[in-house]
Amino acid sequence: MNKSGKLAYNTSVVIVAIAAAMGIGAIVFAMVGADIVKAYMVILTEPLKDMIGITEIIVRAIPLSLIALGIAIAFRSGILNIGAEGQMLMGILASSATAIAFASLPKPILVPLSILAGAAGGALWGGIAGVLKARLGVNEILSTVMLNYIAAQFYTFLLRGPMMDPEELVTGSGTPQTVRMPKSAWLDRLLPGTRLHAGVYIAIGLAIVVFFLLWRTTAGFRMRAAGAEAKAARYSGVKVQRYLVIAMLLSGAFAGIAGSVEVLGVHRRAIEGISGGYGFTGIVVALFGGLHPAGIIPASMFFGLLLLGADMTQRLADVPANMVLVLQGAIILAIVSARQFMNNPYVQDKVARAFSRWFGRPEPPAPPGSIEACPDPSDTPDPCLADDPEALAAAEDAASKGKAPEEASR
Amino acid sequence: MGHEPIRSLELRGITKRFPGILACDHIDLSVGEHSVRALVGENGAGKTTLMNILMGLYHPDEGHILINGTEVHFRSPNDAFDHGIGMVHQHFMLVQNMTVVENVALGMQSTHKLFRLDLAAVRKRILEVAERHELPVNPDAMVWQLSVGEQQRVELVKTLCLGARFLILDEPTSALTPQETDELILLLQKMSRELSIVFISHKLNEVKALSDTVSILRRGRIVFEGRTENHSSSDLAALMTGHEVELPRVDSTGIDRSGDRGLLSIRELRVLGDRGNVALDGVSLDLAPGEIVGLAGVSGNGQRELAEALNGLRSVESGSVHIDGVEIAGSSAARIIGVGMGYIPEDRNTEGIVPSFSVRENLVLKDIGETQWSTAGFLRLKAIAANATGLRERFDIRCPSTDTAAGSLSGGNIQKVILARELARGPKALVAVYPTRGLDMGAIEFIHKQLLERRKEGVAILLISEELEEIMNLSDRVAVIYKGKILKVVPGKDATKRSLGLLMAGVVDE
Repeated sequence: MNKSGKLAYNTSVVIVAIAAAMGIGAIVFAMVGADIVKAYMVILTEPLKDMIGITEIIVRAIPLSLIALGIAIAFRSGILNIGAEGQMLMGILASSATAIAFASLPKPILVPLSILAGAAGGALWGGIAGVLKARLGVNEILSTVMLNYIAAQFYTFLLRGPMMDPEELVTGSGTPQTVRMPKSAWLDRLLPGTRLHAGVYIAIGLAIVVFFLLWRTTAGFRMRAAGAEAKAARYSGVKVQRYLVIAMLLSGAFAGIAGSVEVLGVHRRAIEGISGGYGFTGIVVALFGGLHPAGIIPASMFFGLLLLGADMTQRLADVPANMVLVLQGAIILAIVSARQFMNNPYVQDKVARAFSRWFGRPEPPAPPGSIEACPDPSDTPDPCLADDPEALAAAEDAASKGKAPEEASR
Repeated sequence: MGHEPIRSLELRGITKRFPGILACDHIDLSVGEHSVRALVGENGAGKTTLMNILMGLYHPDEGHILINGTEVHFRSPNDAFDHGIGMVHQHFMLVQNMTVVENVALGMQSTHKLFRLDLAAVRKRILEVAERHELPVNPDAMVWQLSVGEQQRVELVKTLCLGARFLILDEPTSALTPQETDELILLLQKMSRELSIVFISHKLNEVKALSDTVSILRRGRIVFEGRTENHSSSDLAALMTGHEVELPRVDSTGIDRSGDRGLLSIRELRVLGDRGNVALDGVSLDLAPGEIVGLAGVSGNGQRELAEALNGLRSVESGSVHIDGVEIAGSSAARIIGVGMGYIPEDRNTEGIVPSFSVRENLVLKDIGETQWSTAGFLRLKAIAANATGLRERFDIRCPSTDTAAGSLSGGNIQKVILARELARGPKALVAVYPTRGLDMGAIEFIHKQLLERRKEGVAILLISEELEEIMNLSDRVAVIYKGKILKVVPGKDATKRSLGLLMAGVVDE
């Protein structure tokens, strides 16, 4: 298939996938008795109608993209960081504590200082999981999820105790929140009347940094090697354990920065529920964006749109916001399934040949000489058999069991 | 389906395309009753694809399959089983933590009763088959406890229990020791009195020993068909690769190394295995500059642990290792690489390369920190790309571009990538573990030549292999390892298959 054919193919796959997801969404909307067309109009167009909507998308995209960048670093290095939520909370705590404690410092010093403090807080929390994995082989999914719980409780404890706004005690309302940040710690708002803040520069800047780190430096090269095939990396002299820890420190730092930017740019005080599930949505954004900064930025915007759309449908179309989360889930499943088709040369080839059969322009047969360049076809189950479960299972058996005897004999 | 014997099986004009490849190009093949047909060809020639079509795993784009003159259509392997065709795959299809009986029962639908599995019937069938074909197996053994040779027998029994009267064997000897291979060939010769066998291989001595007729595939086409006995191994090799193949041999006559000090010198090395067992028990070996020492042995006798310990991937209990006078025992892998050790690891796909990395990235995997490939921590992409273009040329790495993921290349080309990286670094010593395992003649020839060339340049090479022919062809001296000890070191020119085979089995002739 030539390049433009490939593009057309991939585009149509995405369109079909989105249509399928929206079909599922339509059923869900119908079940809750909402007006399907109106619900979709609200989700997809309402946020884009005015400046406030657009800036609100970006406001949500900022923490999402920062978290996703960190997660991309971890995933690329072979460690599945599910703990961004907790790392973000620790970042918020460290950042706000710094901002409040050093309130007298001038702005050009205090803002970077408290963002760095946020990064350090997140890095600490991520680093714990990294060290546990590297030294003791503790599964990182387990440790990061558990650290999320600890962070959430610690956060609540501080907000209801030591870090609570003294005013709340005086007035007796007891809202769990810190004092308002000093103005010298605020991130600037960029457009009057909106909440768009300077964190957007940080997110874009760090996206570029992550690209250079992973694909242009020796450290990134080694981290990716360790993530892609730890054994080969180790055999090549890469200290895999060390890079695991570094990756988790960085990943946590990014989540911490996300928290810090959120608190300094949007809320200006640490409140409960500030993370808003960003830590988990960020994982989806990272995977959705192909674990690459160039994909993560648009993916974070898309999820920002969905999050905002969910709020709006509740108000404007009488669809509970939770239903929109169902739609999100359907879209993610559809796109992930579509990937299977996009990256599969066998299916591509089949479609291309069917296409040329229908439209009469024969595809030239491949030269037999190209065998060398390609993987042994017997290694990959033939997707042409997908409609025949037994054959597919047998073919997959062939692929998956291939190594078993060899491994057992070691 | 009928249990009539398969008197003839014919493939007519079978064609199968994969993206960018014509894997089978109008292949005709017919096999008669009680005959052994060898199907030989290099990796990627289309042998396995053709057999997968015969087994119903793939559907041919064109062509027909005829059994006893009637056309059949196989939509799945079950259809093929029903017609009495059975295949033993190159990688065994056995569930490791089940017993032999249970493994065989998996495929025997007739024993799957509504609420129970008729294991007694399976056991009976196994014993029947085992006796008839002289394939001793213990039905109650767990598969993981069996040796590779025994697992192979289980595979054969399993296939026969399912009623196969036509056997396809895909490179059945690739994981076996020389002794096990000989046994298997004897066994198959006996079985061929009752069955028809298609035998896929690229080991020509086995083809000669076993088959009646031979078909040679090259790039998806049958290029030769004939009676095996009328053609010599070297004729067949030439037909297979398309050019004359003469595996190079080392010439170590008249070289006196008694004065040389060891370039790679191993002293009383003691290393533990994965289970805390003593894997290497006081191994000492000296390699002079420009010397190839072959380490022969049945796998699992400490070869893996030795290679890992020499490369800093396994901790050393006691003993010492020196490269050019520098102590490296217990050093990190990075330091040993820096001192000038080259390593061709056993598992090329997970230890030798990062499969998802491009060819050019894999070629600098070890030296990315050197100023040649990076400045102040930033990669020099142009230099890395230029390096890959040069090495691709020099080592004849066949890839669409050096940006292609290395894992998508064929085994021979992956090995060339590893070889290129290790040799271009200019190592002082090289440890090569099973460097040609599973490769075709053309690739083997290339790798052997490269190793001999490095020998001339003064590299000390430790060649760990199970292929006695390879060891005898290349080694100045042959050391035999058995249960973690070097049993004996013999000059390469005095080594014979027989004497090495005995030593590998632990027999020291006093």
